[in-house]
Amino acid sequence: MADVKKIATRESYGNALAQYGAEYPNLVVLDADLAAATKTGIFKKAFPERHIDCGIAECNMVGIAAGLATTGKIPFVSSFAMFAAGRAFEQVRNSVGYPHLNVKIGATHAGITVGEDGASHQCNEDLALMRTIPGMVVMNPADDIEAKAAVKAALDYVGPVYIRFGRAAVPVINDNADYKFEMGKGVLLREGTDVTIIATGICVSASLEAAEMLAADGISAEVINIHTIKPLDEELVVASAKKTGKVVTAEEHSVIGGLGSAVCDALCAKAPTPVCKIGMYDVFGESGPANALVEKYGLDAKGIYEKTKAFVK
Amino acid sequence: MNKLELAKMANEVRKGIVTAVHSAKAGHPGGSLSAADIFTYLYFQEMNIDPKNPKDPDRDRFVLSKGHTAPGLYSALAHRGYFPVEDLKTLRKLGSHLQGHPCMQHLPGIDMSSGSLGQGLSAAVGMALSAKMDGKDYRVYSLCGDGEIQEGQIWEAAMFAGHRKLDNLVVIVDNNGLQIDGKVEDVCSPYPIDKKFEAFNFHVINTDAHDFDALEKAFNEARETKGMPTAIIAHSIKGKGVSFMENQASWHGTAPNDEQYATAMADLEKIGESLGGAN
Repeated sequence: MADVKKIATRESYGNALAQYGAEYPNLVVLDADLAAATKTGIFKKAFPERHIDCGIAECNMVGIAAGLATTGKIPFVSSFAMFAAGRAFEQVRNSVGYPHLNVKIGATHAGITVGEDGASHQCNEDLALMRTIPGMVVMNPADDIEAKAAVKAALDYVGPVYIRFGRAAVPVINDNADYKFEMGKGVLLREGTDVTIIATGICVSASLEAAEMLAADGISAEVINIHTIKPLDEELVVASAKKTGKVVTAEEHSVIGGLGSAVCDALCAKAPTPVCKIGMYDVFGESGPANALVEKYGLDAKGIYEKTKAFVK
Repeated sequence: MNKLELAKMANEVRKGIVTAVHSAKAGHPGGSLSAADIFTYLYFQEMNIDPKNPKDPDRDRFVLSKGHTAPGLYSALAHRGYFPVEDLKTLRKLGSHLQGHPCMQHLPGIDMSSGSLGQGLSAAVGMALSAKMDGKDYRVYSLCGDGEIQEGQIWEAAMFAGHRKLDNLVVIVDNNGLQIDGKVEDVCSPYPIDKKFEAFNFHVINTDAHDFDALEKAFNEARETKGMPTAIIAHSIKGKGVSFMENQASWHGTAPNDEQYATAMADLEKIGESLGGAN
């Protein structure tokens, strides 16, 4: 996949905000002194009067967004996942989730691909935290196309939405004419019969690569992209699990509470199936280049291939 | 309303508070009573609101940042005509629209859900900012506790409001001097409250929370203040109006039993008589 175009989904986030700014006059963007990193600076350049820098005060920023939403604005709150979902968890829960306000949280720099900044800034817990809030939609797009589509879907949905974006450039895999994004619907990317790999975010393109490697070994892997963790496309997950009888989940997130847990929740109720969860195994990350970290923690194609092969055997 | 009418209404609001908390056998009477005159002044005099059109986009807004004093807000809303006064007896009961802390999903007239301390003011700031962005002239009021301002988020919100010169925002601090664990100055002193808000670029007014002439003067001064938000430090008595609750931290979050309820209502009846009976 060497010649594949690569774009960081945070870049897609900034571009999408700027792209939809004219069409959605109520769209306002809040940031906490990170506009250059979260890429909301792209929106700021186009719509400076609708970009609100709150300074380094994420809890207040979430509250301001809640207040703006009560007056009909569609606020996108932007910070690193660690601070948007982590530091401001209780504000998101009580000031946004409980009153079910139309606030969107655009959380960038999620997972270990934050890289050199290290574990303090590598949030592997955000999907788990956000999933537990009643009424919260949780999305984790896999590439540029999907990230922009997720922003549009969030704009058209009335209610709280959490969208996770990454720092590192990732391959564009959805660049085809018939691509369609539907919030809450998984995407069957590759059909198979021996095992289902259910992936989200950066692990989607890695899982497609892993499926190729498995095919060379005679293992037929089905690959499903779950861009919406909540509500989960249970129908697709259950049907595939019944078909292959074995499920692997892959995510740049703790194996506690994220995609893997969401899939297990669905399967244990509707189609008990052995599941191998790939993710961060209850550990913090560390400093290093993003690609080296992904390799070390087994979230790249090789890691997913090896774990899946061992699991299927 | 004239001052006497406001005083009589505030007394009715207090009866509603005590009745609601007694019926619920739980709740927060102390800080509801200390803020009863403020609730009354806001909803019967100061704010541009219409109980028949609670979602009017141009209405003034109120955010009860110290959300545990919901009985005070509910009683004011009920007496103002948002819902039947009789409903106050359903406070905190299963299925009631009067949740333990204000919930905008359950009750028209609540502009923001609140209760987790420190969060309401940020939402009020967001509402005030929205008015500025849209060139609307509605005003936003938020009531904070003097214990609540120990929360750091209050000062994040204050810094932003001062920075953005939100002169359509009024923060009222119900300075009754007591929190659950005792005197605010003993637990973790917020004093000097006025100097702190001044440092965050607020116009600051100290006032008597139980004197409607003083409240009128303060809110008018806030309205005339341009280029900066206003903080009104309202010096109050916790439990005001009920003899045995006044200045007692223990009545922060305790409901009166039947006997205490009778005494409380008798106290308030006596105040009502001294004001010359009902409106």
